[in-house]
Amino acid sequence: MSKDSKTNLIRYLSEEKRFDGRKLDEFRQIEIEYNVSKTAEGSARVKVGETEVIAGIKLEMGKPFPDTPDEGALMVGTELLPLSSPDFEAGPPGIEAIEMARVVDRGLRESKAIDNKKLCVKKGEKVWIISVDICTINNQGNLLDVCGLAAIAALKVAKFPGFDGERVDYKTHTDEPVPLLKIPIPVTVFKLSGKYFVDPTSEEEQEYDSRLTVTTIEDGTICALQKGGDAPITVEDVDNMVSIALRKANEIRKSL
Amino acid sequence: MTTQKSELIAKDKKIAVPGEILATGMDFLPSNGTYRLSDKILASKLGVLNVDGKVLKIIPVSGRYFPRKGDVIIGKVVDLNFNGWRVNINCAYEAMLSVKDATSDFIRRGENLTKFFDINDYMVTQIINVTSQNLVDLTLKGMGLKKLYGGRIIEINTHKVPRIIGKQGSMVSMIKEATGCKITVGQNGFIWISGPPAGEILAVTVIKKIESESHQSGLTDKIKEYLDKNRVVPKQTTPVQESENDFEQEEPQSDAQSDFSDEQE
Amino acid sequence: MTYKKRYDGRNFTESREIEAKAGVIKRADGSAYFRIGNTVAYAAVYGPRELHPKFMQNPERGILRCSYNMMPFSGQGERVRPGQNRRAREIAMVTEKALLPVLNLENYPNAVVDVFIELPQTDAGSRCAGICAASIALADAGIEMKDLVGAVSVGRVDDKVLVDLDYSEEAHEEGGTADIPIALIPSTGEMTLLQMDGEITKEQLINALNMAKDAILKINIEQKNALKNKFEVVNDE
Repeated sequence: MSKDSKTNLIRYLSEEKRFDGRKLDEFRQIEIEYNVSKTAEGSARVKVGETEVIAGIKLEMGKPFPDTPDEGALMVGTELLPLSSPDFEAGPPGIEAIEMARVVDRGLRESKAIDNKKLCVKKGEKVWIISVDICTINNQGNLLDVCGLAAIAALKVAKFPGFDGERVDYKTHTDEPVPLLKIPIPVTVFKLSGKYFVDPTSEEEQEYDSRLTVTTIEDGTICALQKGGDAPITVEDVDNMVSIALRKANEIRKSL
Repeated sequence: MTTQKSELIAKDKKIAVPGEILATGMDFLPSNGTYRLSDKILASKLGVLNVDGKVLKIIPVSGRYFPRKGDVIIGKVVDLNFNGWRVNINCAYEAMLSVKDATSDFIRRGENLTKFFDINDYMVTQIINVTSQNLVDLTLKGMGLKKLYGGRIIEINTHKVPRIIGKQGSMVSMIKEATGCKITVGQNGFIWISGPPAGEILAVTVIKKIESESHQSGLTDKIKEYLDKNRVVPKQTTPVQESENDFEQEEPQSDAQSDFSDEQE
Repeated sequence: MTYKKRYDGRNFTESREIEAKAGVIKRADGSAYFRIGNTVAYAAVYGPRELHPKFMQNPERGILRCSYNMMPFSGQGERVRPGQNRRAREIAMVTEKALLPVLNLENYPNAVVDVFIELPQTDAGSRCAGICAASIALADAGIEMKDLVGAVSVGRVDDKVLVDLDYSEEAHEEGGTADIPIALIPSTGEMTLLQMDGEITKEQLINALNMAKDAILKINIEQKNALKNKFEVVNDE
């Protein structure tokens, strides 16, 4: 991006304004639609402004890891589909997609959002494996936060498929929900020229010094962090950024 | 020989879709965006049907910019080579601005060209040539052609450019006046806006509004009302003289504006 | 026992409910959503744009490049592993061949028109749904094209020839099945995609092809309406 557009964003931020007129700590409008894919065990379409993603849950029967014989497993994947932006290319996930998936994964895993013990069907032999796949439909910025929200939204409505002890019957869905205990919400706070802002558009997210993704649960516990950007940050920055993330996460959680 | 009666099937000034039968019989003539299939004329582009006597054509409503000689556009420098700059002009083809077309200044061989244009710099430029393989040459020699400093660039549907400009530039003048911004509209859908943030935000909002609502009737009045309600520059009692000498297309080449307009007198 | 009544109660010549929308993906130059029954396809068109690598460029005209991808949760059974498998690549290739005959890319030498088809849920007929969505998206992107290619699958279940098989019909065991995806240019009636899995007699095949034609003409109306609804003049006064 050009020097001009960076200077320009700094000029906006110094007047407490965003390129689209929002306040610095203001999210775009959030819309969530549940069960948008009938083939998934749970799914959600999340729109934040014009950014749109679909997350879908698949449940499969598998063998537990040897060190956790009575626990199920969780996998998170994000696909930055070339359908959703002229900047995304076809092919295996790039580092951007991998980082997003891992940050979302960490939030779910470390918060113990899913009761893994309840995924055990037969100790040491059969456990449920939950796959969360997040696909981008339209990228207009802040994909990580939107993907994280979509993942939790899809998990919230996911139901186990039928299982007769031998085979999974994907045609039938039981009424039994996936055991979701916590609602971790990632919020990424961006810093440019001493100012903090959230939920950037594609135009705005080109221009930051540093960013910090903070995933928090209902009681305020922080369960994942990821610092990005080329510039270093101070303890004071972290203090400020976590405060913003906590406040925003509480607002966002209400939209679920 | 029995000649079938010629009949217009589709409606003038309405949206036609590729494959749609516009007219039957041999009396009508296919022009841009239409084709003849035996005794019928069909649309081959999405757009507004224009019936001019017996001539049928489609005025496109969507699609990327296609470079035309003479167009004044906004470009962004993406690379430099030894005799000029490669410029993104918001289309499938990059354009070339050679040193000799960029300036009348004497430039020594091997001189550092970034002094004039660096990567990511924007310019108002004009297309001087498009070859059969769509190689595009640009010039900066002409009124209003220049490098752009600061401000914001936004991108809109190139087919909506005439609506943003308005008749004799009336729409864009109205936006400039209410927002206190300098605005240059490129035929390629890039728009440069420069002013105080509040003014820029209003200008961007209004331009996006025009882009998305351009098919509605009474657009000018609606935009005027919106601008009056949200203006950042206090309303002048005396008519303001355009102080800016910004070049602006008053859309002489394209006939799209009058064809599109639902506000004709 | 013959297949007397369809599982979902449809007539044998009837396709499932269709929903079509244009312009659903803002970042794309053209886009569409197409649902037939429980099969959903998104298509986005980017371009004409510069084509890399250079050796793929054609100096005589622009090229069309399609991709077909099932989202990992879009299958009827287990998770579909992401990435381009052989099936997806073949479908992308036949999709290109289905669409290319109506396109005019002569004004775009060396450039590419990219079509990305993504399926969030499927219940058979996904390549046909993808083609229907892609046609709308290409028109939405302002590409010059003679017609909107429409597609549907026809086939045989037991002794019945029918239109638009769903997954349960494809899986019907008694008497066997045949599944024939077809794409067609509505204005000329010419076919641009024809494949078949299963077994069928010549008479049944010809019968099925004629049924496909009628069904695609109906689909074509939905495709056209999707585009008109996006752009039609609104008179709100």
